[in-house]
Amino acid sequence: MTKEEIVAGLAEILEEVAGVNPEDVTEDKSFTDDLDVDSLSMVEVVVAAEEKFGVKIPDDEVQNLKSVGDAATFVLNQQAA
Amino acid sequence: MSGLLAGKRILVTGIITDNSIAFSAAKLAQEEGAEVVITGFGRMSLVERIVKRLPKPVGQVIELDVTNPEHLASLESRVREQVDGLDGVLHAIAFGPQSALGGGFLTAPWEDVATALHVSTYSYKALAVACEPMMKPGGSIVGLTFDASTAWPVYDWMGVAKAGLESTSRYLARYLGAKGIRSNLVSAGPLRTMAAKSIPGFEAFEQSWVERAPLGWDLTDNEPTARTICALLSDWFPATTGEIVHVDGGFHAVGA
Repeated sequence: MTKEEIVAGLAEILEEVAGVNPEDVTEDKSFTDDLDVDSLSMVEVVVAAEEKFGVKIPDDEVQNLKSVGDAATFVLNQQAA
Repeated sequence: MSGLLAGKRILVTGIITDNSIAFSAAKLAQEEGAEVVITGFGRMSLVERIVKRLPKPVGQVIELDVTNPEHLASLESRVREQVDGLDGVLHAIAFGPQSALGGGFLTAPWEDVATALHVSTYSYKALAVACEPMMKPGGSIVGLTFDASTAWPVYDWMGVAKAGLESTSRYLARYLGAKGIRSNLVSAGPLRTMAAKSIPGFEAFEQSWVERAPLGWDLTDNEPTARTICALLSDWFPATTGEIVHVDGGFHAVGA
């Protein structure tokens, strides 16, 4: 899976979970500041992403995933591992 | 089916993530032979996703806002769509608006305190009354407190709500005892759940707990708490009601 495909997958999840317009989801966007994803929505995004991409995102890691790009990079690295 | 809870039908509230105490309790209850019915609040789609991580499939997650009289009134019929009665109930529900926590004790408005008491204290009675018609003698209701005998940093009105919960459980023991139904609370040490992370400054006393508890304390291990919940839901505390069981590494028993 490429990083672009992961970003597209995250956009689908963000639309489903938090009603975010998929066109707004780009690598540079912050989940909280730009996309208005609240903390519980973020938990659901993480759970959905774990299922969609077949990875485990530890709680301690979530706070480091500030932007869509951060999350995509993390998923990419996990899938490669 | 064998196990501590073989054949028991247990209603579990309060699952929001797989770090929830209620999730650990539901998982262990299933492993010990129970049939588990799950309720959820607010973010139902998240709860639906999370319960798929339980070891065994569960029925439809039942939406339950414990402050909504209609939800409570229809709870019995909705539970009976899945099981023909209940042997145990886990109340794992609490909420305090941000103003009521994190150092706002002196300034929190009554409306916010009232919300905390409604969701965290009164709801224990409300849930018990909603479930009681489905329960027989030997039934067990378990709630979660955080030792309310002292005033903690930052816990503020949630501490008051938990003190009320502890009293509520004793009164439920009094009123439901004649029907053979028990009410007990588990007083766990700090655990890094979604609820705990939502309390600003909660980490302030995490370290002292780890250092002071005679048995030590693992902030990330829900299993000891889940085990105690399942034990209290089982037939192995048949003459215990109105009790608070500490699952805190012994912290409550020792001074500085």
